[in-house]
Parts: sequence; C-alpha cells; structure tokens
Amino acid sequence: MKAIDRSVVFLCGAATVLILVMLAVILGNITFHGVERLSAEFLTQPPRQGMTAGGIFPAIYGTVLLVLLMSIAAVPFGVIVAIYFAEYAKRESRFYRWTRMAVNNLAGVPSIVFGLFGLGFFVHGIGKALDQGIYDGRLMLGQPSILWAAMTMAVLTLPVVIITVEETMRAVPREYREASLALGATRLQTILRVVLPQSWSGVMTGAILAVSRGAGEVARVLFTGAAYFLPRLPTRANDQFMQLGYHIWVLATQSPDVEATKPILYSTVLVLLALTFLLNVTAMVIRKRMRTWAAR
Amino acid sequence: MGGPVKIDVSNVNFYYGSQRALHDVSMKVREHYVTALIGPSGCGKSTFLRSLNRMNDLIPGARLEGRVNLDGEDIYASSMDVIQLRRRVGMIFQRSNPFPMSIYENAAYGVRVNGLTRDRLKLDEIVERTLRAAALWDEVKDRLSKSAMGLSGGQQQRLCIARALAVQPEVLLMDEPASALDPISTAKIEELIYDLKRNYTIVIVTHNMQQAARVSDESGFFLSGRLVEFSETKRLFTAPTNRETEDYITGRFG
Repeated sequence: MKAIDRSVVFLCGAATVLILVMLAVILGNITFHGVERLSAEFLTQPPRQGMTAGGIFPAIYGTVLLVLLMSIAAVPFGVIVAIYFAEYAKRESRFYRWTRMAVNNLAGVPSIVFGLFGLGFFVHGIGKALDQGIYDGRLMLGQPSILWAAMTMAVLTLPVVIITVEETMRAVPREYREASLALGATRLQTILRVVLPQSWSGVMTGAILAVSRGAGEVARVLFTGAAYFLPRLPTRANDQFMQLGYHIWVLATQSPDVEATKPILYSTVLVLLALTFLLNVTAMVIRKRMRTWAAR
Repeated sequence: MGGPVKIDVSNVNFYYGSQRALHDVSMKVREHYVTALIGPSGCGKSTFLRSLNRMNDLIPGARLEGRVNLDGEDIYASSMDVIQLRRRVGMIFQRSNPFPMSIYENAAYGVRVNGLTRDRLKLDEIVERTLRAAALWDEVKDRLSKSAMGLSGGQQQRLCIARALAVQPEVLLMDEPASALDPISTAKIEELIYDLKRNYTIVIVTHNMQQAARVSDESGFFLSGRLVEFSETKRLFTAPTNRETEDYITGRFG
C-alpha cells in the first residue's frame, strides 16, 4: 500500500513539474529572443519597411483601446444581469434555469464562430441598419471597426462577468440584507447600497478575467475590425485598428521576409504577454485594496 | 394595568410551506412595555417576532393566517406599506450585523434610505443623538469615520441599536440581542433596554431566563409553536399557572 501511495504522490508531483517546465521553457524562450529587439523605439513607433523594421505602437494602442471599450460595454451590462440573477430571479423557476444555462453555453461557443457572428450581426446587421436609418445609406457603421470588434468581444466575455458577479452577490450574508430591509430600505436600495458595494471584488474579478481573455484574442476581431496594417491610430468608433494578437499572426505568416521579421515577432509576443500580465496585476491590486478596505 | 395595546396579535397561524410553525397565537403587546418571549429552540418565538415587521415575507413559501394589528391597523392588509411598517417597527438581530462601512454611515443608513433629511448638520445631530441613546457615543465619537468592523462585539450590537433608533421607530424587535456577547456587554445591553422602554415599545426574544426576568414587564412562554402562557413577568416566573411553563423555568424541562 505504501508503495502505491508513494508512486501516486510521485506521479502528481511529476505532472506538476512538467507543467512548470513547459511554462518556463515558453517564457524563457520568448524572453531570451524577445528582449534584444525591445526598445523605447519599438514600443512607440509604427512598423516600417513591410514590418521588418520599426515598432508595434499602433497594435499596443489598439489592443488597450479594444479591451477598454469591451470592458465599458461588458461590465455594466454584466452587473445588471447578475443583479437580476442573484436578487430578483426565483432560483427554482424554469426561466432562471434556462437563462442561466444559456449564459453558461455562451461561454463555450468557439471564438471563430463568435467572430463570424460579430461580422453578421453587428457589422452587417446593426451597422448596415444604422447606416440606412441615420446616414442615408452612406457607409459609416456598416464596416468592420473597433466599435463592433469591442462589442463582439463584450458578448463573449459577458458570461464570465455575469457568473463571477452573481456568485459574489450571493455570498453576501443574508444578515446584511435583512438589516437593511428592517430599516425600511427598499430592495433596490439594499442592492445598491449594501450588496453591490460588497461585491466589488467580484466585479473586479469578472473584469480581470474578461480583460485577460480579451487582450490576446484574435479570432473575434479578425472579421470585425482588426487591420493588417494601419499607420494611423483609430480616433473614431468606426475606425479600424491594429491589435497585438492579430499582428502576431500577420508577422508569423504574412511577412514578405520571414527571417527579418522573426526578432520583431518574438518581441511582439513578449509585449503581449507582459501587457496581459500587467493588466491582470493591476486589477488584482485594485481588488486587494477593496478587500482590505471592507475588512478594516 | 399597563399602557394601551400597541400590537394586537390574534389567532395567528404561520406556515413554512406545509410545515406549521405557529398555532393559533394571540398576544397583546403594550406600549412602553418590554415584552419577553421565551421557550426552547425551535418553539416559534423567533418566527413570531419576525412576523411583527413582516421579515418573514422574505422567505419563499412562508404564509401567515390571522391578524396582526399595529395601533389598530392590520399590518398584513394589502394597503399596508411594508417599507413604512419596517421603519416603524425596527429590528435588532442575534448576530450583530453592522454594514462594512464607517460608524457614522451605519448610524446614518436608515435616515439616508428613508430620505428623512438631506441636511448634513441635521444628519450629524441624529447620528450623535442615536449613538448617545445607544450608550455608544463616548466610545466612538473620535472615530466616527472608521469602519464599524473594528468595534468589539458589544459595541457592534449597540451600533446596530443606534442604527435602528435613527429612523425613530415606535417598536423595537430584538432577536436574542445579547446571546453572542460577554457578561459585561450583556449587562450594558440590558441597561440600555431599560432606558429605551421610556420611548419605545420593545419585544425581545431571549434564551436567557434571568434576562427575561430582569428586563421585561410581561413574558410569553412558547412551546412547539403555541403560546402556552402569557402574563406579567413576575407572575410567570414566580407562580406560573401552566405545568409546562413551570417545568421550563425551573429547568426540569425535557
């Protein structure tokens, strides 16, 4: 028995080490090759000479802007749905179970399908309809743009936001709700003043997960707004944009001179990893601050 | 004897789904009295208490039959505004549950949600008055903006009392308010109850029979969802008319 016990421990340990080694190899390799091209110029300049020189600033800018727009759309909407699920919907009702299941399944839809959906629904559906209605048929919103890309991203990150916020709202002790109601507060006041402030860590977690999933995503922006190359930064909602993930794909497969692009490719991957990591850490710090305030 | 009837409960039956928690309970709670509810766990005394401000409405499947009148008005009538009712009938819970906000914001919460005043000076005044009424002012006056979570258990419970007082209720319902506190904090709460009854009508659920004897004017003994005996506290504890009451208060119960 003891021998079996020991071999199980060994097996689990070995599996863990293997994962860590793989991660270390990936990170080590990318850092090793990526660092040499990294410079202030690389981070602040647009690509030049068919992407074999210059930097990747437009892609960084586009990625951050995209994630920001996505959060602005996904977080408030997700919080509202979560409030409905956690506070108003009857848990036993069929409607609750079905909508909840639908939200869960939304998270499982392959992202390439989402990309196509975004193109069909947002760009050709809503965008074209708005062009007909508001702009007399001129092509304004009925084309791939940062707005529709952000919306497409938001739809996919919504389930994550909804589920994490709902869970934290449910975790707020019943005593607080009762205390508030017993003071003559309405249900809405109780939610807004007592339950939601205690759920900020959940809102932040939802936002973190959404952002870190969104920052590296390619398939969903492929059809809905990402550009191969744009020397200009997006300034309007219907502008196209460059994005790090897409730029990596472009550098890796569409370059006229693969050997010349390679160092740039490595550095771009490193920047994307660092950016995602940085966004995560920032959100985690905010979350921790909020928690310590609540516990103080 | 006694003041006018504040809460008149008549023939109340209470159900959690198909389970019956109260059997034909009738009781008159007198104004400016402390009315104690005693009995073993699960006897229905908390259910009864929570039916006086319709806190049981929150439990799915809960249902009440009979009448509960506050100043002659049926609180279960469809015309009754539950928000208004809960403002008039405040509640203190077993586990002290101040909100994770500052001490000041806790005390001001009820005033804010009820929109009683927008004037900052007036709010300051209400906060001070209620903290004084809850015998907490001197201990917290220098740290009103600090989180209430840093207070001791007894202080937290007194803050909850202050929070309830701030909306100027007529009745205070207390659900074992001192059961989680040490003897010194308990004594402070009991003193406070004694002071408060001048201005409020108090109904208190307690497991502690000495406490019921010390603080209350009238007492009711609950057993298995029935109000077995209800009378003047002195009489209930010295000369109970019911055999079950006597067994319980002399510790021969069960």
